[in-house]
Amino acid sequence: MVGRSVVTGPGTPPPRETLLSVRDLKTYFPQDEGTVKAVDGVSFDLYPGGTLGIVGESGCGKSVTARSILGIVDRPGRITGGEIRFRRRAAAGAADPVVDLAKLAPNGLEMRAIRGAEIALVFQEPMSSFSPVHTVGSQIVEAIMLHQQISRRQAREKTIEILRRVGVSSPEQRVDQLSNQLSGGLRQRAMIAMALSCHPTLLIADEPTTALDVTTQTQILELLRQLQREDGMAIMLITHDLGVIAEMASDVAVMYLGRVVEQATVDQIFHAPRHPYTRALLRSIPRMRSRSRERLTPIAGAVPHPYDRPSGCPFHPRCPDFMPGRCDKEEPTLRPVGDKHAVSCFLYP
Amino acid sequence: MLAYIGRRALLAIFTVWAISVLSFAIIQLPPGDYVTSYVAQMASMGSVVTDEEAQNLRIQYGLGQPIYVQYLKWMRLIAQGNFGTSMEWRRPVTEVIGDRLWLTVVVSVAALFLTWVLALPIGIYSAVRQYSVGDYVATFVGFIGLAVPNFLLALVLLYLGFVLFNAHIGGLFSVEFQDAPWSAARVWDLLKHLPIPALILGLAGTAQQIRIMRANLLDELRKPYVVTARSKGLPELTVILKYPVRVALNPFASTIGYTLPYIVSGSIIVSIVLGLPTVGPLLLKALIAQDMFLAGTIVLLLGVMTVIGTLVSDILLVWIDPRIRLEDT
Amino acid sequence: MAKPEVGLNPTSAPVHGPGAAAATEQRIFVASQWQLMWWRFRKHKVAVASAFVVIGFYLAVLGADFLAYADPNASEAQRSLMPPQRVYWFDGGRFGPYVHAFKGARDPQTFKRVYRADPSEKIPIRFFAEGFEYRFLGLIPMTRHLIGVDGGRDAAKTIFLLGTDVQGRDLWSRLMYGTRISLIIGLVGVTMSLALGVVLGGFSGFYGGSADTLIQRVIEILRSIPTIPLWMGLAAALPRDWSVLQIYFAITIIISLLGWTELARVVRGRFLALREEDFVVSARLVGCSQMRTIFVHMVPSFMSHIIAATTLALPAMIVSETSLSFLGLGLRPPAISWGVLLQQAQNVQTVAISPWLMLPAVPVIIAVMAFNFLGDGLRDAADPYGR
Repeated sequence: MVGRSVVTGPGTPPPRETLLSVRDLKTYFPQDEGTVKAVDGVSFDLYPGGTLGIVGESGCGKSVTARSILGIVDRPGRITGGEIRFRRRAAAGAADPVVDLAKLAPNGLEMRAIRGAEIALVFQEPMSSFSPVHTVGSQIVEAIMLHQQISRRQAREKTIEILRRVGVSSPEQRVDQLSNQLSGGLRQRAMIAMALSCHPTLLIADEPTTALDVTTQTQILELLRQLQREDGMAIMLITHDLGVIAEMASDVAVMYLGRVVEQATVDQIFHAPRHPYTRALLRSIPRMRSRSRERLTPIAGAVPHPYDRPSGCPFHPRCPDFMPGRCDKEEPTLRPVGDKHAVSCFLYP
Repeated sequence: MLAYIGRRALLAIFTVWAISVLSFAIIQLPPGDYVTSYVAQMASMGSVVTDEEAQNLRIQYGLGQPIYVQYLKWMRLIAQGNFGTSMEWRRPVTEVIGDRLWLTVVVSVAALFLTWVLALPIGIYSAVRQYSVGDYVATFVGFIGLAVPNFLLALVLLYLGFVLFNAHIGGLFSVEFQDAPWSAARVWDLLKHLPIPALILGLAGTAQQIRIMRANLLDELRKPYVVTARSKGLPELTVILKYPVRVALNPFASTIGYTLPYIVSGSIIVSIVLGLPTVGPLLLKALIAQDMFLAGTIVLLLGVMTVIGTLVSDILLVWIDPRIRLEDT
Repeated sequence: MAKPEVGLNPTSAPVHGPGAAAATEQRIFVASQWQLMWWRFRKHKVAVASAFVVIGFYLAVLGADFLAYADPNASEAQRSLMPPQRVYWFDGGRFGPYVHAFKGARDPQTFKRVYRADPSEKIPIRFFAEGFEYRFLGLIPMTRHLIGVDGGRDAAKTIFLLGTDVQGRDLWSRLMYGTRISLIIGLVGVTMSLALGVVLGGFSGFYGGSADTLIQRVIEILRSIPTIPLWMGLAAALPRDWSVLQIYFAITIIISLLGWTELARVVRGRFLALREEDFVVSARLVGCSQMRTIFVHMVPSFMSHIIAATTLALPAMIVSETSLSFLGLGLRPPAISWGVLLQQAQNVQTVAISPWLMLPAVPVIIAVMAFNFLGDGLRDAADPYGR
């Protein structure tokens, strides 16, 4: 069942069927020179079986959001506010199926039971995301045995099965190979296999194809779509590549400097973007049909230094619709502007 | 793996040969003919060496013949177990050395063991809790280990022990066990006395290894596979110990080979300061008294023992994990 | 923040952002290698402090005679094993350091000399006082010393800042001379090691092949032998009747034989790495001779690494000489070095009664630390384009 996620703003209680709902998440990194507010008030919802694309430039806080959900933010970063409400599997036997991940101890039993088993992560670096001194198979078996009560032999069989399922050739041999004996594409497939080995309800994919060549990219994305169809799991896809978003996502959240500036369905984002940043992003994509020698349209200015956040709306120094007196003084919040569409901008009060 | 062992063994054989040559050089260095001085020494003590005996000695040691012949004769004697006679003690060298060689081994191995037992956890802790109080303390102690030469450390500790606690921390045995035959009680006594000399000997090495482990681990902790391990839901301790530590251990393990000679070397001087019944004080006395056979034999045996120890540790490492990548210089 | 223009042209030089970075980059771009190294080195506060310490040490080497106030060889049994004298800095409210005179007597029960301060006799400490004669830098005869007492030419009246040794010789003055000798031996030793290491390591790294394998094996063999027993043996075998200078020289050679393997490895590593660099290949292609390639093109690239490695090798030299002399196998009296001074402290009973005999350990430790920190700083700075 591919559900559609209905996007709501902060303050609204989540409808009953959400799988994951993030409200006003804040993750800060205290450093000697100042506090980096990597995630500064992020809210979105994710429905079972849906695909939410999170898009934004490097440094906007997408990865930190993902790590916050999983509870693996690097020290000294910590979640300092907000809620991450996750609906656990009924079979997990927890009293209240909805749990606030932000409140759980990152290394505690409950968080670790969720991590890997119900929420899994696939991320960018296929080259070094497997341990160089352990076989690929042993790492997947470890994941399985951590969360399921089965014997090592059964776990190994499951590993081979899942490797086969993600399209790894000769899985019986691959299981005993080291990761450096596999190509980039195979490694990414193995990573996906490992993530899926416990049938999570939510898969977070953080730039899963950025380091791959275009052909492999397509294959991996197709694989993800297929697995989603078969298992009905939700995917949170983080990327800076709008093309990937267009192909995969049903809903999109656009992030800038630690905030969500616009949320909408994928059609709305591409055909009716409201926020100036979203519009600038879309404008900057080179067009196939443009005349030759036409200039590219970059976004003016550069991403501010993390210690030097602009006052008010974080985008205002680069915004073509900047309104002095308002945009540099007050902070906009996410407000609905249509069915399933919300924007954080003073152009839409 | 077999090829690797074969190479190391071959190198070990060459090293032993080089040591034997060097030890022989030490024996030969002092001017004069060994037998002449032996006879003179005997005479000064009132015992007479007959001309015939002197001549036999000359033939036995090949004196008067070219040096390589002398060397070969000496090697042949050693093969028969005859390491010569100590001039000063007037007993066969093997008797004089006695237990001391084994005790040197024990102290050196203890120091090596302690180095590892201390350096690994401290290095790991320092890296995982970088900039914490524990990290700074460990770094500071490490600097002391590196900056203070081990015999000076021994001296200072001896002084403090004497003045503050009225205790004599030198020596490997309590008085009652010093010349006693070996027994379980004596072994236990030895173990009780080992920690301080082992610590002094191993401190510099420990400091070094802490720095290496910390640096290696800091590099590895940043790598993506650590994130992968965490994201699977493993407990943090397992994440650290099973993955980045395991990888950081590789270059670390290949440094053991050169720690043993360094420790054995250091034990000579430290055992002189602390008055340990090992080979060190004996060697010094022999050298000062120009008791060359004793000195040369000690050097030879020390060297051989070290080489064997290094070879054994290399083989053990490769056997434990064939994937250890060793520098092929 | 300036208001950005609509659309196309990025604004120029914001305080943060691309403009500022470019300006810094420009500055780095035109700096020479040595400037870069200096900037990086400067950031290491500890290394800079250590550099000052090292300079201080070598100034002491030059001015050892000036800093000492008593003839280091003047022994006087009446003053054997005197403890350090207490210095009083203010005499009746004004700055005027002085010490009390000592009266020594033999304890009738232990037969040991016991010293008591005599408060009635104050001996003021003078700066730039006259003392025994010496030749500054071996050339200029002088009699001025940093500190001394009135009538300082008379060897009997003097102060004992650090006490005396068993023969009644002033420890402070001996320490000054000992510093000079120990540091010079260290320097000469490391230079010889460097020469050996550079030649063999360079040969090994540059030419490769069987010469490399052979030298490598030799180095490995040397590294697996415990070296101290061997060098003890060599040192002990030096004939007793050699002059102090000859022994000096021989000991230096012996300890330099200890350290060359490490330097050879560093040099070889650098040569191997550089051999493949494009600029070396192009030098050869352009027609430079091998000598020219090595000295004009390759050596400047790793000069900084060599300096760092050499600085790090110095402490080992100093400790080797100190330990050999401490055992009685290295320099022998009347030569004075830190090791010779520490020889008096070999015995815990002696040291328990006269702990000031251990004081020469302090400069050893400081020197080792200073050279280590300095070397670390140099090594980190030596890679200007590294992290």
